[in-house]
Amino acid sequence: MEKLLFYTFALLIIGFAVASVSSRNMLRSVVYLLFVLIGIAGVYFMADYYFLAAVQLAVYAGGIIVLIIFSVLLVHHIEMELEVAKLSRRLLVGATCLLGLGVFLGTIYTHPFVEASTTAPTTVEAIGLLLLSYEAGGFILPFEVISILLLAAMIGAITIAKGGGPVAEESKTPAPRTEEVPLVATARQAEPAPAPVLDAPELVAP
Amino acid sequence: MLTSSLLFIPSLHDFLFSLLPPGLAKGAEMVLVGIIYLTIFAVAGLFLVLLERKVAARFQLRLGPNRVGYGGSMQTLADALKLLSKELTGTVRADKFLFNLAPYFVIITALMALAVLPFSQSMQVFDINIGLFFLIALSSVGVIGILLAGWGSNNKYAMIGAMRSGVQTISYELSVGLSLVTMVLLAGSLQLSQIVEVQKSGWLIVQGHIPALIAFMIFMIAGTAETNRAPFDLVEAESELGAGFHTEYSGMKFAYFFLAEFINMFIIAAIAVIVFFGAWLSPFGITESLPWLGVFWFLGKTFLVVLLMMWFRWTFPRLRVDQLLTLEWKYLLPLNLANLVLMAVTVWLNLTIQF
Repeated sequence: MEKLLFYTFALLIIGFAVASVSSRNMLRSVVYLLFVLIGIAGVYFMADYYFLAAVQLAVYAGGIIVLIIFSVLLVHHIEMELEVAKLSRRLLVGATCLLGLGVFLGTIYTHPFVEASTTAPTTVEAIGLLLLSYEAGGFILPFEVISILLLAAMIGAITIAKGGGPVAEESKTPAPRTEEVPLVATARQAEPAPAPVLDAPELVAP
Repeated sequence: MLTSSLLFIPSLHDFLFSLLPPGLAKGAEMVLVGIIYLTIFAVAGLFLVLLERKVAARFQLRLGPNRVGYGGSMQTLADALKLLSKELTGTVRADKFLFNLAPYFVIITALMALAVLPFSQSMQVFDINIGLFFLIALSSVGVIGILLAGWGSNNKYAMIGAMRSGVQTISYELSVGLSLVTMVLLAGSLQLSQIVEVQKSGWLIVQGHIPALIAFMIFMIAGTAETNRAPFDLVEAESELGAGFHTEYSGMKFAYFFLAEFINMFIIAAIAVIVFFGAWLSPFGITESLPWLGVFWFLGKTFLVVLLMMWFRWTFPRLRVDQLLTLEWKYLLPLNLANLVLMAVTVWLNLTIQF
């Protein structure tokens, strides 16, 4: 049963990964990538590593893929198709992929795998304690480094969103106004003059 | 663990295992559980639609549906049959694959969320040790269906609706998650059955008093926004966008979106009940000796919260996009973070109320 499930997941992951790379519609490749990530979450579920599976779903499927879809929605139109790369490039990419696959398979087949001694699923408590422990085997240093990295990213995002400072903003804002004003004026002038005359009798009549 | 699949009907469980070999019995159980949950899905969805229409009618001093069945009770069933028989239309040059895929995304995530809800002590199919986190993760996957629907329709209104939905969900997910984390701090577990167990000495909203109350308010606001219901229904603002992301959908595919919206509302209400109001526990343990009443307590409380969400819908006017984002990022998020610290201090100093 477990074996069957694993091979189903593996086939799904590989199949959708290939589809994701070879699809010519940008959003479709994103969706295939989503299926790959969900398949990986399924493998984690099979391994009873629920926390990692949920993180996979929340961060990759729910966070990153939603952001990618969002950016595709903004920059891409449904009728566009991605162009096919040159033959030489495709060959190069294929060769690189084969090399990577070779390294992976070589490592996997030479690594002596030991069966896990415990079958109990990892609890969130254990992960949390280890993440903040500064004793041997603790992960406090990477944890802090990552939090500083995230803080830097956040400040960077805010700086970019704010724009280049007050000088640039001032030069920008009046520009559309000067364009808008004459537009409104011409629109008013273009209005047919007899309109108020037509309205007037109606107002008087009752 | 999937082991407790059919234990809420022990006689059927024993019957299956006496009749079939263990492997086959387990498979049969899984299929049966699937069918039971699909039935719950359909019945709850249809009932909620009827309830919404009745509540809306009362709010607007009308009668609401009153022709089909007793007092209009069969109205939504008739509507569903009508939708089943309608033609499935599509747009020219739409992305057929994504267009057809989108409703299933919405439906499947809603169904997966139903599986982890503890309807009663024994009626919980998938009791994983990160249940609450799993629910948060699923709610963030569901929005992909809406985004794909908007894109696949090849329709400007649908696209704008989908983008609004993306913005809204990414923002409000944060508040839903943080308000639940605040409560996890108090409960001390992410496992839903464990969270219920903790509440045997007082519901969490009582145990956590002030910070829990703030967390509940934030959760209800953010939860309403997550389900794209009014006053946060910019996604399908009918005066601006037609029907929003499902403009191009017809027949059963439209019904899927419609049902999923109501089931999502049910799920948000159920999470609120599990985390704040003691899930299937009776108030003060008055029916502790009758465990089978748990389902009714759970559903009763959930429908009260659902009623609250419907009350929101028919009371508040719709927000603008900028107001929506201001509310989340400038008010709810800082409040939420401060509340998290407040809850931590409360738990640390043992200021919780326990019976």
